[in-house]
Amino acid sequence: MTKDNSFSAVMARKGEIIRNAVGVDYKQFESGSIAFDYERMMASTGYTLEDVAEIQRGFAIGNTPLIELKNITALVRKISKDGYGARIFVKDEAANPSGSFKVRRAATSIHHAKRMGYKGALSATSGNYGAAVASCCAKSGLKCIVVQECYDSRGVGQPEIIEKARKCEALGAEVVQLTVGPELFYTVLRMLEDTGYFNASLYTAFGIAGIETLGYEVATQCRAQLGKDPDVVVCTNAGGGNLTGTARGLIKANCAAQVVAASVNLKGLHMASDTQFNKKSFTTGHTGFGMPFSTWPDRSDVPRSAARPLRYMDRYVTVNQGEVFYTTELLARLEGIERGPAGNTSLAAAISLAQELPEDANHRRTGDRVHGRGQTWQRTIKLCTSKRNSRVAWRSAGRNRGREHHSTRATILTARGGRRPRPHAPLLDHPRGNDGRQRADC
Amino acid sequence: MAKKGDWVRIHSIILTPEQRSSAVPDDTKSVPLEQWTKGYLHDDTALGGEAVVTTRTGRVVSGTLVDETPHYSHSFGDFVPELQQVGDEAFAFLFGGSAK
Repeated sequence: MTKDNSFSAVMARKGEIIRNAVGVDYKQFESGSIAFDYERMMASTGYTLEDVAEIQRGFAIGNTPLIELKNITALVRKISKDGYGARIFVKDEAANPSGSFKVRRAATSIHHAKRMGYKGALSATSGNYGAAVASCCAKSGLKCIVVQECYDSRGVGQPEIIEKARKCEALGAEVVQLTVGPELFYTVLRMLEDTGYFNASLYTAFGIAGIETLGYEVATQCRAQLGKDPDVVVCTNAGGGNLTGTARGLIKANCAAQVVAASVNLKGLHMASDTQFNKKSFTTGHTGFGMPFSTWPDRSDVPRSAARPLRYMDRYVTVNQGEVFYTTELLARLEGIERGPAGNTSLAAAISLAQELPEDANHRRTGDRVHGRGQTWQRTIKLCTSKRNSRVAWRSAGRNRGREHHSTRATILTARGGRRPRPHAPLLDHPRGNDGRQRADC
Repeated sequence: MAKKGDWVRIHSIILTPEQRSSAVPDDTKSVPLEQWTKGYLHDDTALGGEAVVTTRTGRVVSGTLVDETPHYSHSFGDFVPELQQVGDEAFAFLFGGSAK
């Protein structure tokens, strides 16, 4: 009998297709109400943090450098009020085999797929994750398909996505490219059904568990290099995986750093619009993914997303595209490191956040109510992605907090002494411009 | 004319406007969902002709032949003088000297 491959018929089969393609029955985590057992889902991978680190070592992933941006910190101090300007560090995830942190989440998935006997893996991604999956598949002897949302209806592609297609093909993957639209998920379901491949979703517990090593390394490297914990970790936020996994890793390292999410503000642009597709300069790290995936993480390509950033973020800040390009120039010109631009979202935020924090605890100021008298504050701020900007929305589990701010990605800010900025009136700034689309990737 | 076994790129319509999801914005819903795939050609085919290919993972896919031995020619856009000035100004601000 011929299978009905119409849009509605395939979507109706999605539960069964995903169950077969991930090897997980998500019903076991449901309670019958809107609640589900998140921690049980995370534990269901069966891999401990050490197991994940061991898997990643097998792929030569992780233990990336923690780099102090001394010149950018000096620049920040020149424009900060006297005595302010925390030390900024970046975790250089570009040093991973595929060139980004995304390979941490791919490694666990592909290791598991291989172990479960899948012959190949498929991923819906327009960004670095495709190269990450392709890289791990190449090393594991698995076939790989990457599905991209790449072109508008004029056939104009986003160059960053096309470049990623080139890289995926160089790593041996088959790349399928589509025009704009959430029905990419329909195409993916059909291919999963036809190939029997593993769905290397960004949002499974395997993927998020893979990022925990990033947070853990940040804490342990700070302790080794600085003798103290970071105060703030800034994570570029799109689908929420970076922030969720990093925060979980920090917690596992008993590190109480403030976790800040940072996104490029693309307010006004609809992510599923054909005509607006090429109006943005950033394909990820932006509010078009960050806001909807924070507020409704289960819009992803698995029934329950393991990326749940609102459980972990203390604050959410936005920056604009120009600020990130500016930061990208600073990183190249003052530090000799060419990266980004999307990855510099957190750094842009860090440059702004650093100005709120004192560089030296012993530097006392009039009117500073919090500064301890004679007390030495040792404080490190780690920013894991930042972008500076405008208005900040923050929110954290169980409490709303808000304030004006800025932020960026993969950066660490270290402030020796000083106070942590305290939130004031609750504020949740929700840039619009989002829709109900299934997300292809970040 | 592409020959059997050549590496080619094909194009196909996955969903017509009528078949698209009701959840997409009007501008997206007014155009089809299109797909491009690459593979090894099954039979000699002229550009614009209907072709069948085998992809790198072994899938057999059909569509319209749009490119033979496809290569990449993307760029990241025009030179932006303002961005170059950003770095030079910051360099001068931090280390001294002129930005020009």
